[in-house]
Amino acid sequence: MIIEKSAVAGTLESSDAQVTVEPNGGGIAVEITSSVMNQYGRQIKAAVLETLERLDVKSGRVTVVDKGALDCTLKARVECAVFRSCGQSDKNIPWGGAVK
Amino acid sequence: MIPRPKPERFRLRRTMMFMNAQKPGLIKDAYIYGVDSIMLDLEDAVAENQKDAARFSLYHALKTIDYGDTEVIVRINGLDTPHWQEDIRVCVAGGADGIRIAKCESAQDVLTVEKAVEEAEKEFGVEIGRTLLMAALESPKGILNAYEICAASPRMFGVAISGGDFRKCMQTKPTPSGIDMLTARGMMLIAARAAGIQCFDTVFTDLDDTEGFLNEVRQNKEMGFDGKSLINPKQIRPVHEIFAPTEKEVIQAEAWVRAFREAAAQGIGVFTVNGKMVDVAFIPGAERTLKLAKACGMYEGDLV
Amino acid sequence: MKNAVGRDIPEYLLRDGREVYQGKNYMDGKYLQKAAPRTRRYEKPQESKIVDSIVDALRQVGARSGMTFSFHHHLRNGDFVVNMVMQAAIEELGLDDITIAATSLGEAHDPVAQYIEDGKVVGIQTSGIRGKIGEVVSAGKLQTPAIIRSHGGRPRAIEAGEVHIDIAVVAAPTSDCVGNCRGIGGKSNCGSLGYAMTDAKYADHVIVVTDCLVDFPNMPASVEAIDVDAVVVVDSIGNPKKIASAAARISQNPRDLMMAENVAKVIASTPYFKEGFSFQTGVGGPSLAANLFLEKYMDERGIKMGWAIGGICGPMVEMLKKGKVGKVIDVQDFDLDAVNSINQTPNHFEMSASQYANPANKGAFVNKLDFVVLAALEIDTGFNVNVLTGSDGVLRGAPGGHPDTAAGSKCCIIVTPLVRGRMATVCKNVVTVTTPGACVDVLVTDYGIAVNPLRPDLIKCLDDAGIPHVSIESLQEKAYSLVGTPDDLEWEDKVVAVLEARDGTILDVVRKIKPLKL
Repeated sequence: MIIEKSAVAGTLESSDAQVTVEPNGGGIAVEITSSVMNQYGRQIKAAVLETLERLDVKSGRVTVVDKGALDCTLKARVECAVFRSCGQSDKNIPWGGAVK
Repeated sequence: MIPRPKPERFRLRRTMMFMNAQKPGLIKDAYIYGVDSIMLDLEDAVAENQKDAARFSLYHALKTIDYGDTEVIVRINGLDTPHWQEDIRVCVAGGADGIRIAKCESAQDVLTVEKAVEEAEKEFGVEIGRTLLMAALESPKGILNAYEICAASPRMFGVAISGGDFRKCMQTKPTPSGIDMLTARGMMLIAARAAGIQCFDTVFTDLDDTEGFLNEVRQNKEMGFDGKSLINPKQIRPVHEIFAPTEKEVIQAEAWVRAFREAAAQGIGVFTVNGKMVDVAFIPGAERTLKLAKACGMYEGDLV
Repeated sequence: MKNAVGRDIPEYLLRDGREVYQGKNYMDGKYLQKAAPRTRRYEKPQESKIVDSIVDALRQVGARSGMTFSFHHHLRNGDFVVNMVMQAAIEELGLDDITIAATSLGEAHDPVAQYIEDGKVVGIQTSGIRGKIGEVVSAGKLQTPAIIRSHGGRPRAIEAGEVHIDIAVVAAPTSDCVGNCRGIGGKSNCGSLGYAMTDAKYADHVIVVTDCLVDFPNMPASVEAIDVDAVVVVDSIGNPKKIASAAARISQNPRDLMMAENVAKVIASTPYFKEGFSFQTGVGGPSLAANLFLEKYMDERGIKMGWAIGGICGPMVEMLKKGKVGKVIDVQDFDLDAVNSINQTPNHFEMSASQYANPANKGAFVNKLDFVVLAALEIDTGFNVNVLTGSDGVLRGAPGGHPDTAAGSKCCIIVTPLVRGRMATVCKNVVTVTTPGACVDVLVTDYGIAVNPLRPDLIKCLDDAGIPHVSIESLQEKAYSLVGTPDDLEWEDKVVAVLEARDGTILDVVRKIKPLKL
C-alpha cells in the first residue's frame, strides 16, 4: 500500500497507542516514544515494522506514541492509520490476509 | 492465534456484558469477572468516525485474546447504517461466537444478516452455520414481530429487548415495578419460548441504585428470562446469585437425571424416584438446573 | 558479594562494618550503642523562641555547608517546607554539600532536583523518592548514592548514629511560641506527626516551621519544646488540598473490589482471624477496599478487631467509631476523617515511626501484627517485592513501612493486578528487592491467588476453605503471555541508590539505567 496522505489512529489513553502515518520520500522512518520503552521498545518497533511489511508499505513516516499498548493493539492502530491514509479503512478490509 | 471451539447454540447465558470494542484496556481481559458472555460493541459505544478503528481492534482482540469459556458476541451496527456489512465480515473473519443484530424489526432483517454472514463464512473459510445470531428488539414493531424474528433462522439462539430505545418509542420511563415494559417483556418471552430460543432482559443503567437493580433481576427470573444484559462487571455476581437454583432444586434435579439415565441405559421408558413416577418431560429442565448449579459452584458431579 | 536475596552488592559499599543482607531476624539479640545528639543548653528562661525567618533560624543554629537536614513527610504532596528551607540555606546563605534526610520525598519537592543537578545537595536519605528527584538520582546526578530506608529502618539508623541529623526541621500545623507542636488545630492539618518524633529527639538542632501560632502550652504536643531551638512563623507550610484528601473513598473499580474480596476471604481462612486480631492495610484501591469485605466476615463470625495500625484513613476510623475495632494507633493520616479523629475519638492514638516499625527497639507495633495487606509495583516468583523502582528502572516509589510490616506480621498479603498496562506486575525478577520474599506470605491478583511455599500452614488454610490458588510461576507465565516477555533492563556500573534492609544491612542497589535508544 502507498501512504497517500497523513492519517492518525488510536488515542493517548493508557493501554492504547496513537499512530500517525505520513508520506515520506524514500523508505520507512519509524519514531517511537513509549511509557515502557526500556522493556518493550524493541518489541514495539518489531511489531510496527512487521505490520508495515504485511501491508506492503514501502515508504512512509510512522510516529508511535505508545501508552503501554499490547502488540495486538499496536497492530490494529498501525493498520487503521495506513488504511485511512489510502481512504480505504471503511470496507473490504483483507481480514486474515494482509491484516492478521 | 487462539482457536475457539464451535459455539454452542444453547449454553448458559445469565450475564451478557457490553464492552466498547474500541477500548483496548477494557477488552483485553473482560473475562476475569466470570461473565457468561461478553458483548463487544461496535454500535452505540463507538463514535461514528471511529467505526473503522474499532473493527481493527476487534479483529486483533478476537484473534489474540484467550477468552477461555466466555462466549464472545459482537453487537454490529444497524441495517440502516453503512457499517453493518463490514462489521459482519470482521466478526466472521475473527471467529466471534455470535452476532447481535441491533434494532431488529422483522424476520427479513434476520435473513439479511444471515445471508451476509453466510457469504462471509464462505469468503473466510469458516464452517457454514458456525456463527450464531441473536436479535435485539428495540421498537414496538420489533416486539409485535417477535415470533417471526425468533423463528427466522436456525442460527438464532436468543432475543433481547433494548430498553432505552423501546421506552423512547413508547414514551415511557423506567419504573421501579417494571410496568412500563411488562407487556413487551412478556410478549418477547412468549415468542422466544414458542420458537425454542433464549430470552434476555435489557440493561439497568443506574449503577448507584443497587436495590432497584436487584428488584429488576428478581423480576427477570420470575418472568422466565434466561439472563440479562449488563454494563458493569459489578452487576455480574448479583445476577448469578439471583439466577442460582436452590439447594433443594439441585438435589431433586440430580436424582431425576440420575434415575432417568439409569433407566434409559436399561431400556426402561418409565422411571421412579423415591417411589414416585417422574415424567420424562421434566428431564430437560432438570438438566438445565444442574448446568446452572455447576456454573454457580453448587454441583460438582459429572451428569452435565 | 551476593546477599540472601541473591542480589550482587559491590564490595566497595561494604566498609565500616557494613554487611550484606543475611536474612530475616539476623540482628536479633545483638546490642546497639545509641548515639546521642550534641544540644545547646537554654538555661536562662526564654519568653519565646520565635525568630523572624527561616534564614534567621538557620543562622541561630549555626547552619553550615556539609550539614544534614531532616524533614518529615506528613504534609505529603502539599509540603512547602523542604523547598523553603533549601532555598534559604542554598540561595540565601550560600551553603552547599548538603544532605537531605527526609522521611519521604515526592513531586512537591521537584525544585530540589535542580539543587542536586547544581551539586549543592550531595546526599539524599529517604523512605520514598518520586517525581523529579527520582529522575535526577536515577540519571546519576547525585554525587553520592541515595540511601533508601524503610520507615522502621530510618529511626533505627538515626538511633544507631548511622545518620546524624545536624538540623531537624519540623513542619508543624500548630506550634506555640516555644515549639510544642501538634498536627492539628491550624489550616494545614495533617493529624499524626509520628515521623517527626525520632528526628526531634536525635537531632543536634530543631527548627519548627508553622503557619499557625497558638497559645502556650500546645498540648498534648507531638514534638516537645524541650527539643526545639527556634520557631519560625510563615504564611503557609503547605497546600491543604494536597496534604490530606477530603475522604479516602473505597474504590468502586470492579477489579479492585474483586481482589479485595479475595483478600478478605484469605484472611478469614487463617487461624489468626479471631476475636482481637490486629490488622494494617495500605490506602491503595484494593488494599483499602479489603476493609469493607473484612467487616462482613467479622460480622458473620461475630468477632471484633483488637487494634489497627499504620497510615490511617476514614474507613478505619469509621470502624473504630462503630466499635468494630478496639484501638487505632496511628503514625500518619491520609484523609481528613483520620486527621479530625486522632487524639479526639477515644482509643485513636498517635505513635512515632520507631514505635511503629523500628526493628532494633524492644517492642515495635509491627511485631504484634496478625495481618498486613500491601500493594506492590512488582513481585517476582521468589515473592520478593519491589515498591521502589518502576519496571523501567527509574526510582519512583517508597518502601515506607512495607518491609517492616511484612517482616513483623504473621500473615503478609500482597494485592496487585497481574499487569498494569503493558507492565507485568508478577515477573521473573523484580528490578529492586525492597521486601524479601521470605517475609511475604500470600499474593492476591485479579488472575488468581498464590501462597508462598514457605507457608504450608497457610496453603492448608486456603485448601480447607476451598479457596483456589495456583503457583506464583503460573501467574508470572500468564502475565508474560498477556504483555510479552520484557527485555532485560540495561544498567551502567554506577550505583545511584543503596537500599538498606530494615536491620541496616544492604538489601539491594539501584544502578544508573541505560535508556533504550532505537
